[in-house]
Amino acid sequence: MQIDLRTVSIKPVRQTFDHIARRFGDKPASRYQEGTYDLQQTDIFHYRPLWEPEHRLFDQQRTQVVMKDWYALKDPRQYYYGSYTIARARQQDAAEANFDMVEERGLADTIPATFRQIALALLVPLRHVEWGGNMNNSFISAYGYGTAITQPCLYHAMDHLGIAQYLTRLGLVLEGPAALDTAKDAWMGDPRWQEMRRLVEDVLVTQDWFELFVAQNLVLEGLSYPLFFDHLDNEFSTNGATAISMMTRFMAEWYAESSKWVDAQIKVAAAESAENRGLISSWVQHYRERVGKALAPLAEVAFGERATAVLGDVTADFNSRCAKLGLAI
Amino acid sequence: MDMQATKKKVGLKEKYAHMTRGLGWETTYQPMNKVFPYAEFEGIKIHDWDKWEDPFRLTMDAYWKYQAEKERKLYAVLDAFAQNNGHLGVTDARYINALKLFLTGISPLEYVAHRGFAAAGRNFPGVGPRVACLMQSLDEVRHAQTQIHALSNYNKHYNGFHDFKHMIERVWYLSVPKSFFDDAFSAGPFEWMIAIGFSFEYVLTNLLFVPFMSGAAYNGDMGTVTVGFSAQSDEARHMTLGLECIKFMLEQDPDNLPIVQKWIDKWAWRGTRVLTLVGMMMDYMLPKRVMSWKEAWEIYFEQNGGALFNDLARYGIKVPECLSQTAIDKEHISHQAWATFYQYGGASDFHTWMPTDEEMDWLSAKYPNTFDKYYRARFTHWRDEAEKGKRFYNGTLPMLCQVCQIPMLFTEPSDPTQICYRESEYQGEKYHTCSDGCKHIFDDEPEKYIQAWLPVHQIYQGNCFNEGVDPTAPGFDPLAEVLKWYHVEHGRDNLDFEGSEDQKNFAAWRGLATKNV
Ligand SMILES: [Fe+2]
Ligand SMILES: [Fe+2]
Repeated sequence: MQIDLRTVSIKPVRQTFDHIARRFGDKPASRYQEGTYDLQQTDIFHYRPLWEPEHRLFDQQRTQVVMKDWYALKDPRQYYYGSYTIARARQQDAAEANFDMVEERGLADTIPATFRQIALALLVPLRHVEWGGNMNNSFISAYGYGTAITQPCLYHAMDHLGIAQYLTRLGLVLEGPAALDTAKDAWMGDPRWQEMRRLVEDVLVTQDWFELFVAQNLVLEGLSYPLFFDHLDNEFSTNGATAISMMTRFMAEWYAESSKWVDAQIKVAAAESAENRGLISSWVQHYRERVGKALAPLAEVAFGERATAVLGDVTADFNSRCAKLGLAI
Repeated sequence: MDMQATKKKVGLKEKYAHMTRGLGWETTYQPMNKVFPYAEFEGIKIHDWDKWEDPFRLTMDAYWKYQAEKERKLYAVLDAFAQNNGHLGVTDARYINALKLFLTGISPLEYVAHRGFAAAGRNFPGVGPRVACLMQSLDEVRHAQTQIHALSNYNKHYNGFHDFKHMIERVWYLSVPKSFFDDAFSAGPFEWMIAIGFSFEYVLTNLLFVPFMSGAAYNGDMGTVTVGFSAQSDEARHMTLGLECIKFMLEQDPDNLPIVQKWIDKWAWRGTRVLTLVGMMMDYMLPKRVMSWKEAWEIYFEQNGGALFNDLARYGIKVPECLSQTAIDKEHISHQAWATFYQYGGASDFHTWMPTDEEMDWLSAKYPNTFDKYYRARFTHWRDEAEKGKRFYNGTLPMLCQVCQIPMLFTEPSDPTQICYRESEYQGEKYHTCSDGCKHIFDDEPEKYIQAWLPVHQIYQGNCFNEGVDPTAPGFDPLAEVLKWYHVEHGRDNLDFEGSEDQKNFAAWRGLATKNV
């Protein structure tokens, strides 16, 4: 039996799932909405976790931040798996073309020695910081509350892995595997990196997942990305080290995009209550100081005597960003 | 300056190691056991995480690229399917009920798998397994979403799909798959890997996805088929991860063997019980059948699983303990489950029916030892009664197994006419299980299983009515009130397929389509 189904015009019985309709009314819903809202179970759990019997499997009590509805924390990029991977695939295409160009034309050999050294000393060890970013965001994705925030945190975790891998490639392009060993040694023992490593390790054992979000995604990224992938990047491109800029363009673009998502989370959570606002603000103050301290010796490697001024600019921008988000810092 | 000369060539394997395990470090400002607090409490001993063999080598850039390519194709098919009213191309609207079972019973588990693998991907001290687990976590959110997106179009046209998130937490039979994943996620990371990574993804996955996906193909549902095909390469990765994980645990320390064996036995049985629902779907809910449950079990579990366990024998692993019972059960469980759903067809979110004569002949042929002997007469009787207007609905509530949460519907291995009950005592209370397998699991961890939220107990305790409902009011109708609490729309989602809104709409819409030619 051949049937031409296209010609049938039928009236749907309903437009979307009930849990979506309860939020937005019974009208056609987006794939982001149907793939996100209320996906996490909330009410009935059979067993207490062996690993944390004081909580339920998914539990709002794992952070001090309180939200009436955790789905208020939506992702302005509206990423679900499909749109996320398609967006990143485009960016990786561009990154790949850049790496190809650097490698095929031997552009790495044109980088002035000073800047090659700076890149090796700063950007390559940074891959360990990125790996911390992966761990912290996978923690939130596992133990956070509500798909609206746990879903993009997994994407963010995988982005950090991707960036750690781009930085690894950068090291391999500049100096081969030896670059990675040297960077690891610096990460473990060079005094200039120790404040940073201490901070990263302290954040790794932080149990409040929203505090972790603030420490990692707002403060650490908010201060270090502008420093390394904007200010330092300018140094590279104005001093004949464009090859390095080419290999880190992904990071600069990624930060511009992902920080908008981070902002949306902080803004909504802080606006929810005076308590949230106070809590988040105090976390920002605490971590801003620690990140500043960790970045200071690294900024010195990058900018020499201008280090304090550059870090000051970065911090001032960060402060005004936080003020716009409604934080009292 | 010639840097090229000083750079040695880096092999693929080495390069991947730099890209993954090279990122990690031994923490010193915080102790490792605080950074990875859940690595030891289950008693699994790992001496050297570097011995982990990466089951697949995929860097993030490659992952994004491949997966995005698949998404572009998949969503193009889903869009076309929706636009062209693909749902009207299925064999028969009865088929759509299999999809309801899928969306309410399986897609929410994909979601929990995503969260559980995110946890595993944070908790193992080894970087290699963490990266692999995180990629699986990402795949699992994909599976949840692509399934929801594919079935979204069915939801627009048919009943029973509309409140799957609410239902998975409440509806009586959905506590079977839900408690399975709750059980795994509430365990430690190593047990999670044996439960989901190995038992579910490796040993049992074919018994879940092949029936649904080939069922979709046989019944003209190209949207769902595409979702299934598109997940295949993900599944291949998940299988290699599960296998590597078990081998790694066994190679690291001989003391791990008894723990791993215990988990294999537990999860093979737990999984088998959940698959009862799939068996029932295959034998009763597909208008055009692919193969019988028994055949699927023999191919995918007995043969393929057998080969796998032969391979693991060198580590001292034995085939799961439940094998002798499942060899008997495979002849019965699908019939017993469908009989139960038919009797409780008023209380579920999909439609039921009795097989036609032709379908019963197929069942006789596929189950020569059991169908005619134990089930045909009952089914024929129910069908005859329904035709006389006396459709049989069971008004009593069944007792549930404390472990698998399936109603006590399975029979004694030695006597298919006797319902099987087992009893355990814990802290002065009696607990009932459906089988030796479930009793064994209960007795090993009673403090866990006494916590089970058993839907029937909860109804009796008055916990399954909407707020403000007064069970002492005159004319109180408990079933009607429970259905309201479930968000099951009485007369639309439940009862017989015959006479349902789904049946009428499908016929009318298809009629339009046929006339238009
Ligand atoms: Fe999956
Ligand atoms: Fe059971």
